[in-house]
Amino acid sequence: MRIRVDPEKCQGHNRCKAVAPELFLLDRFGNASAVGDGHVPPGFEEKARLAVANCPEMAVEIVED
Amino acid sequence: MTPRKPVTDWTTDWDHLDPRWREDPFPIWDELRQSCPIAHTERYQGAYLPTRYEDVRAIANDSAHFSSRRVIVREVRPEPIPSPPITSDPPHHKPYKQLLLPPFTAEAMTKLAPKARAICNELIDKFIADGHCDAAQQYTRHIPVKVITHMLGVPETDSDLFIRWIHEILELGITDNAVLMQAAREMADYFAGHIAERRDNPERRNRPKDDLISQLLEAHIDGKLLDDRHLNGMLRLLLIAGIDTTWSGIGSALWHLARTPIDRDRLIADPALMPTAIEEFLRAFSPVTMAREVVKDTEIGGCPIKAGNMVLLSFPAANRDPAMFPDADKVIIDRKENRHSAFGLGIHRCVGSNLARLEMTVAVEEWLKRVPRFTLAGDVAWSEGTVRGPRQLPIKFWP
Repeated sequence: MRIRVDPEKCQGHNRCKAVAPELFLLDRFGNASAVGDGHVPPGFEEKARLAVANCPEMAVEIVED
Repeated sequence: MTPRKPVTDWTTDWDHLDPRWREDPFPIWDELRQSCPIAHTERYQGAYLPTRYEDVRAIANDSAHFSSRRVIVREVRPEPIPSPPITSDPPHHKPYKQLLLPPFTAEAMTKLAPKARAICNELIDKFIADGHCDAAQQYTRHIPVKVITHMLGVPETDSDLFIRWIHEILELGITDNAVLMQAAREMADYFAGHIAERRDNPERRNRPKDDLISQLLEAHIDGKLLDDRHLNGMLRLLLIAGIDTTWSGIGSALWHLARTPIDRDRLIADPALMPTAIEEFLRAFSPVTMAREVVKDTEIGGCPIKAGNMVLLSFPAANRDPAMFPDADKVIIDRKENRHSAFGLGIHRCVGSNLARLEMTVAVEEWLKRVPRFTLAGDVAWSEGTVRGPRQLPIKFWP
């Protein structure tokens, strides 16, 4: 499983970082991106799903490998 | 003041200043979502009211038809006073927004937590022995204003002045333009004084300056310093946006907990629920309603939208839409999926959302530590217009 943040949609609500801090990075404007290549380590799948389900801009998506 | 004409039909004559809306707007929105999801009124020189989440989202993301040059629905439409970036449309919006985002990141806000906790505890110290208080006037009112004066670098003793201006601009100013203009002038003069003081006082210049006024004085857009008009507008925004909004958010959270002992006891027993609880309070009692001005004819949700009208952009109504939130009318403090729009959607996402979340969390946590058992002790008074929250919240409590 991989996650991806659409930089065009992200508005820096920081909800993904709040529910899954291990999976996201924020830049100095608060905009999010996935850590590394977005690979979700085993055990973090539920957190990844929560990040998707809590993004008000629908900017986070799960890409199944 | 002459009493307002009561609303007889919410679909064609809605009025957000109607006492029924102020007391309990939720059934009005639920009804409209079913019968007429984009209502209209001839009041306010013509304005629409969308109540579905998807329509609110579509409007928030369409700055080509819905301009932010006016963000408050008022009875008259004087030439707007720019308060960038909230009153800016693309492409002007982004450079101003990017100046404000770094000082308001979540990381920057965590440094303010000890200060916010100290403010909360000093306030509680003053009424803890009484067994009762007005939580809106003695607690929630003071927390955001003290924090923002600290960030801006202006005296905390001016707090009451700020609260008066905001009441005049966001509430009284909807129907009384003279009051609005007077408050705007006073606020502009106030900030002009602080700007001049920083520019002209060499002694101050040499001191470390990390307050927002000083930072914005040094800020550049396209290689140029901000002119005084835009600088003043940005400071006006920071002051207005950061006070009664979060005052309302904290107040509504305490109002809910005062009438819902089961949630109060759950939060005390399991503080790990605090993050989802705060998000749920933000969804269910979203304080802020914005507005847009229709600048080009279009269509939203199958409804023709005509230029020249305003739109009351009700994020609070969107956040009660059952199509988006199962059991939208219930407060569920461990709600796992919550895409609420309390801080707006699209490019105008609230720049202070991290600050608001920090203040709400700290204020509810410190309250519950020291006032774990409490209940409502009288009538609650709600603000009206742009920001909704308790302005009178009588509470009694026991050890």
